[in-house]
Amino acid sequence: MATAIEFNNVSKQYRLGLVSTKTLSHDIQRWWTINILGKEDPYLKIGSENDRSTKADSEYVWALKDIDFKIEQGDVVGIIGRNGAGKSTLLKLLSKVTGPTTGTIRARGRIGSLLEVGTGFHPEMTGRENIYLNGAILGMSKAEITRKLDEIVDFSGCERYIDTPVKRYSSGMTVRLGFAVAAFLEPEILVVDEVLAVGDAEFQKKAIGKMQNVSQGEGRTVLFVSHNMTSIRQLCQRGILLKNGRIERDGEISDVVDYYLGSIKTVGDYNRMGNEMVRVQDFRVEKESLTLGDDLVIEVDIEASRNVENVDISFDITDELGKLVAHVSNFDDNYTIKHLNQGDKKTIHCRIKNINLAPGCYLSSIWLGNPYVMYDMVLGCIKFSVSQNTHFIKRITPYDKSAKVVFQSEWF
Amino acid sequence: MNEAQEWTTVIKPKDKIWSVDFKELWKYRDLATLFVKRDIITQYKQTVLGPLWFILQPVITVLMYMVVFGGIAGIATDGIPQPLFYLAGTCMWQYFSDCLSKTSNTFVNNSGLFGKVYFPRLIVPISNVTSNLLRFGIQLSLFVVVYIIYSTIGCAASVNWYALLFPLLVVMMAGLALGFGIIISSMTTKYRDLQILFSFIVHLWMYATPIVYPLSLVKGKVVAGLDMYNIMRLNPVTPVIETFKYGTLGAGEFIGWGWLAYSFVFMLVLLLLGVVIFNKTQKSFMDTV
Repeated sequence: MATAIEFNNVSKQYRLGLVSTKTLSHDIQRWWTINILGKEDPYLKIGSENDRSTKADSEYVWALKDIDFKIEQGDVVGIIGRNGAGKSTLLKLLSKVTGPTTGTIRARGRIGSLLEVGTGFHPEMTGRENIYLNGAILGMSKAEITRKLDEIVDFSGCERYIDTPVKRYSSGMTVRLGFAVAAFLEPEILVVDEVLAVGDAEFQKKAIGKMQNVSQGEGRTVLFVSHNMTSIRQLCQRGILLKNGRIERDGEISDVVDYYLGSIKTVGDYNRMGNEMVRVQDFRVEKESLTLGDDLVIEVDIEASRNVENVDISFDITDELGKLVAHVSNFDDNYTIKHLNQGDKKTIHCRIKNINLAPGCYLSSIWLGNPYVMYDMVLGCIKFSVSQNTHFIKRITPYDKSAKVVFQSEWF
Repeated sequence: MNEAQEWTTVIKPKDKIWSVDFKELWKYRDLATLFVKRDIITQYKQTVLGPLWFILQPVITVLMYMVVFGGIAGIATDGIPQPLFYLAGTCMWQYFSDCLSKTSNTFVNNSGLFGKVYFPRLIVPISNVTSNLLRFGIQLSLFVVVYIIYSTIGCAASVNWYALLFPLLVVMMAGLALGFGIIISSMTTKYRDLQILFSFIVHLWMYATPIVYPLSLVKGKVVAGLDMYNIMRLNPVTPVIETFKYGTLGAGEFIGWGWLAYSFVFMLVLLLLGVVIFNKTQKSFMDTV
C-alpha cells in the first residue's frame, strides 16, 4: 500500500518568552549571520529539549525534534503523550498552520484538518450561512456544500434552528454543527485534534462512529490526537507516543497505550499543585486490577519541609474522561495527622472498601492540605481498573459506559 | 518506483521566493465570496442606523472640511463647489484608507482563524478589498446625487471623457491599498510597534494627498529647496485622486498619462513585493503573532 504521509526529520523550534528588545537584537543578529555572512541560523544550534517541568536554560525550545515516520494509506493512527509533548504542534505542521523549522513533510491527497470545531463561525450569521462559510474555510467548494447540505444538517441534528443566528445556539449545538460540516469534508487524510472531548455522550458516540466509517469503510487515513485512551484504542490501529518532542514509541496501538500508561512511574512525572510544605514522596497501590467489589489499598509516603499541624489527605477518583466519581477523605473516618516536624516522614495507609464502580479505568489524585492551604496535589497519579465480577458477568449486553456505579440488588 | 512525483503536498521550512500558488487561490474563490458576504451581512449588525452610516460618515466629514479648510483656512477648491470637491476626494480616500487599515491588520485580527486551519491567507485581504467596494459604491452614489443637484442649479463642475478611466482608478486604489496593506500586515505580526507607527503614517498620508486642497495649490511652491509639486506627484495615490477629480468635476488640469502610468507601475511593483513578503510571513506568523 502506498504511503499517505511521510515525516522526514521534522523539527520545530519555538522561542519562549516575550517580544522585547532582546528579540529584536536576536532577529538582527540572525539576519546578519544568514544574509550578510552567509552562514547558518545561529539559533538553530541551541534550544533545549521540550520538557515542561524543567526550567528552560535557553530561550529557544524544540517543540518537535527529528520526527521521522511514515503512515500508510488507510491507517488510523493515534498520537498520544503528556501535555506539551508536541502532539498539537505535529498536527499543526501537517495542517500547514505553521511551517517546520527543519525537515520535510510529504502527503498524498487532500488534507482535512480539524484542530477545532466550527472554525470561523460568525455568531451573527445563521446556521446555514455558517455551514457554507465553515465548509469553504475547510476547503470545500460552494457547489460541494450545497450538494451535501441536507446530510450535514441531518447529521448535526440542528434542523429546527438552521435559519437562526449561531449566537442563539447552545455551545453543544455549535459543536454539533461544526463537526457535521467537517464530517462531510471527505478528505483523503483527516487530522483530528481532541475535538471529541466536547459535546454530549450521544454526540460523541455519533462522532466516533462517523470517524470509524471514514477510516474503515472509505479507506481514508486518519491522524487522531486524544487523551482519551478508550477512544484511541477503539479507533486506531497504530499509535505514536511523543515525549518531550521526540518519538518515544511507535507501533501497535495497545502496545503503545500500555507503554504510555506504564511509563509514568515516579511521582515527579505528574502534574502537581500546592506549596509543597508537605510533599507526596511516593505512593503504592496494592493491586491495580480490581474486580468489582474489591478493596483498593493505597499507601502514600509524605515528607514535611516545615513544621505543620493537622494535615488532611484525600483522594479524588475520576473516570477516564476526568469526571469526578468519588471523593475519599481522612476527615470522614476520624483519622488525623496531628503534627509533623520539619523533615518528618510518614507513610499513610488507606483501604477504600468495596469499589462498586462500573467496569473501566479510573484515576485518582492525591491531595494534601488543610482547609486553608493546599500543600501538595498530585493529579491523576493513581490508576486502577475495575473488571466485572461473577455476579454481573451473566449480562449479555455490556454496561453503558456512562453508568458509573454498580449496586448489588436483592429481589423478593 | 519514483514516489516523489505523486506527492500532492510537500511542506518544507523554506520555499522559493516566488511560490504563490495561484491555482490554489483560484480553488478557494468560493471562500473569498463567502468572506465578502460575511463582511457585508455582519458589518452593521446591532446598529440602529445600519447602512445609513455609510452615508453619514462622508457627509459629516465633508461638513467638517467645509468649516475647517474651506471656511477657516480659506483653501481654494479649483472653482468647484466645496461639498462636491471634498466629497469626491473623501469618497476615494475613504475607500483607500478603509482597505489599507483593514488589510494591514490581517494577521493580527485573524490569528484565531489562521491558527486553526489552513487556506491561502491572501484570500482575506482580497475579500477585504472587495467587500469595501459596497461601502464605496454607496458613497459614490451619494456623490452622484450631490453632483446632479449641483448641475441642475447650474454650477461649474463638468464631467468629461477622463471620467471613463474610473474603473481603472478603482482598480489602482484597491491595488495600492492591498499592496501596502499586506506589506504592513506582514511586518506587524511580530513587532506591534510598527502597527502604531503605520496607523500614524496613514493618518498623515491623507494630508500628503490632494484631498482637502487642489494639487494646483502647490504648483510653484518650494519648501527647503524642493519643488513640492513634483514631490506631491510622487505619492502614488495623487495621480489617481487627481484624475478622478478632473474627470468628474473638471477641477484643475489632467495630471498627465505619464504620472498615471507611474502610479500604475508603482501599484504593480508594490503588489508583487507585497505578495512575496506576505507569502513568506504566512508560514511562520503563528509562532510570532
